[in-house]
Amino acid sequence: MSTHDEVPQENSQPQSGDKMKTTTTPHSLADVASARAVKAPGTQPLGSGLEARGVHAWFGKKHALKDVTLDFAAGTVTALIGPSGCGKSTFLRTLNRMHEFIPTAALAGEVLLGGKDIYASGTDVTKIRLRVGMVFQKPNPFPSMTIGQNVLSGIKLAQLKVSNTDDLLEECLTRAGLWEEAKDRLNEHASALSGGQQQRLCIARSLAVRPEVLLMDEPCSALDPGSTFRIEQTISELSQTMTIVIVTHNMQQAARVSDYSAFMLSDGGPGELIEVAPTNELFSRPRDKRTEDYVTGRFG
Amino acid sequence: MTVVDQVKPGMPWLPTKKEKSQKFVSFLLALIASVVLLFVTGLNGKLGWVFAFFISYVSISFITEYRKAGKPAAQDSLLTSISRFAIFLAIIPIVSIVATVISKGWRGLHWGLFTQDMSQATVNSPITEGGMLAAISGTLIMVGLALIFTLPISILTALYLTEINGKFAGIIRFLVQAMSGVPSIVAGLFILSSIVYPITQSYSGLMGALALSILMIPTVARTAEEVLLLIPSDLREAGLALGATQWRTVAMVVVPAVKSGLVTAIILGVARVVGETAPIILVTGGGDATNLNPVSGPMGSIPFYVWKSFLLGGTEESSQRTWAGLLILLIWVLLLFMAARFISSRTRKG
Repeated sequence: MSTHDEVPQENSQPQSGDKMKTTTTPHSLADVASARAVKAPGTQPLGSGLEARGVHAWFGKKHALKDVTLDFAAGTVTALIGPSGCGKSTFLRTLNRMHEFIPTAALAGEVLLGGKDIYASGTDVTKIRLRVGMVFQKPNPFPSMTIGQNVLSGIKLAQLKVSNTDDLLEECLTRAGLWEEAKDRLNEHASALSGGQQQRLCIARSLAVRPEVLLMDEPCSALDPGSTFRIEQTISELSQTMTIVIVTHNMQQAARVSDYSAFMLSDGGPGELIEVAPTNELFSRPRDKRTEDYVTGRFG
Repeated sequence: MTVVDQVKPGMPWLPTKKEKSQKFVSFLLALIASVVLLFVTGLNGKLGWVFAFFISYVSISFITEYRKAGKPAAQDSLLTSISRFAIFLAIIPIVSIVATVISKGWRGLHWGLFTQDMSQATVNSPITEGGMLAAISGTLIMVGLALIFTLPISILTALYLTEINGKFAGIIRFLVQAMSGVPSIVAGLFILSSIVYPITQSYSGLMGALALSILMIPTVARTAEEVLLLIPSDLREAGLALGATQWRTVAMVVVPAVKSGLVTAIILGVARVVGETAPIILVTGGGDATNLNPVSGPMGSIPFYVWKSFLLGGTEESSQRTWAGLLILLIWVLLLFMAARFISSRTRKG
């Protein structure tokens, strides 16, 4: 996307008229990041923490991810940043066991959800995915369902019992920031929505099964700046009640929405975790030279 | 009036009048040349003329284009005229079959065709006596039963190939493709030797339905597989990421998304077998009387009706019966294909 790596030049992005710049006029990523109220881990009682312990991933013989140990504290937003091919998305997909759908995939290490390894034998994988929801890069509403059915599809798919589906529908669409636009169109097909609305619909859909953690794989990469702004607002609101991990190529976005940022890098071999820190620290005082090069736009 | 108002929409990429007349002249030249060729050489008959016209048209248009626009354009026009001819040759038999069947068949149509059977009439009786009730009901029953057998097997096969894609997917895909090339008489002989002779020892409609199923399964399975492959894996992952099991994802997300594609696959399968003659004749016994019981007694079918009228006849009446039977079969197949096209075009519009 065009926003990729245009780091310090705020004006290089054609976002004039966009609301995201009205309150402050930040000049650097660090300023953007520190404009957010920093959330300390543990201050939010809601949601569950997720801990990756020495996670490796392979595709066939290719070692794609090497020894990633990373904590996601309950109620925080963590951004995974890094250049293409550094294993961000692969890592994200190990966190709710979507990695194993690739036929040649292999894995080592542990991912602890509420202290229990989600890869332990005997674990019900569908329960894991209920607790750790996912939003994909491209909006992928179910084409055969209406907007309302899409939101409630998780309930049906996972055979959950819900007493009042109307309330749930309204709640999820409201939290995803789509209620006002969609409330009169619930019986229309999802394809009638714009790309940005479809992506918010997908967020609403993943909220309906009440996940404790939400994984987002570049949720805004296919969207225009206005829709991106709406989704970032949604992320901020959701972070009040759940743990969010977001993969993004857009460092502006990482600075705007995340409490913590993790920088990953591959030097041709497997992707590794280089540095993780509170977002404003990572962007203002990166400890690693490679992080500094990346966030200042010197490479990547 | 501004300048903009005076601008008229045009299509400057289309051939001008001059170019059109040039084309017409070369067409006329080719026509004359083909007639000359016909006299000069030993070619004769319609086919000979088509061949002569092909050669002269292709070479004349090649030469004119070469002089006008050079070698690449001439090569281009050479390929264009050859493929136009190929299309022409491909359409001739189709149009001629449909035209012949309609022109010869419509006189044999009468309401009695749908209310009477051939138990009281022979193929040489006057055309108003007897009808196709046995044939039509038999075909309906056998195709319906074949559909019931085929549907679960072929759709589940397609789902195995696309959704489970397990260890045996490669070999099964190969077998399904090979099976779709099996000659239909082999399917009939298979049922005959594996069920009719050793087990039931009698002909019945059920045996016909089984033989048709063998032919239908690969057709439906392959088409269904192709349709399922069009579904982006994103959708499957979205279902799974919501905590659904694989089968619930398939049943609630994947299959509904390709519902009309699957309907098309089934219709194409029906169209494939509805006119099958050889396996039906081998295993059903071919009844003339209406028999609605598929498990006992011989059962008629439209292809059998056509075959018998043709084989045992020799009179004007039997020939009319043959054509009328063909016409009804053809109408049925055309309707099925039109339904398939209609449904699949609705899918594309989303």
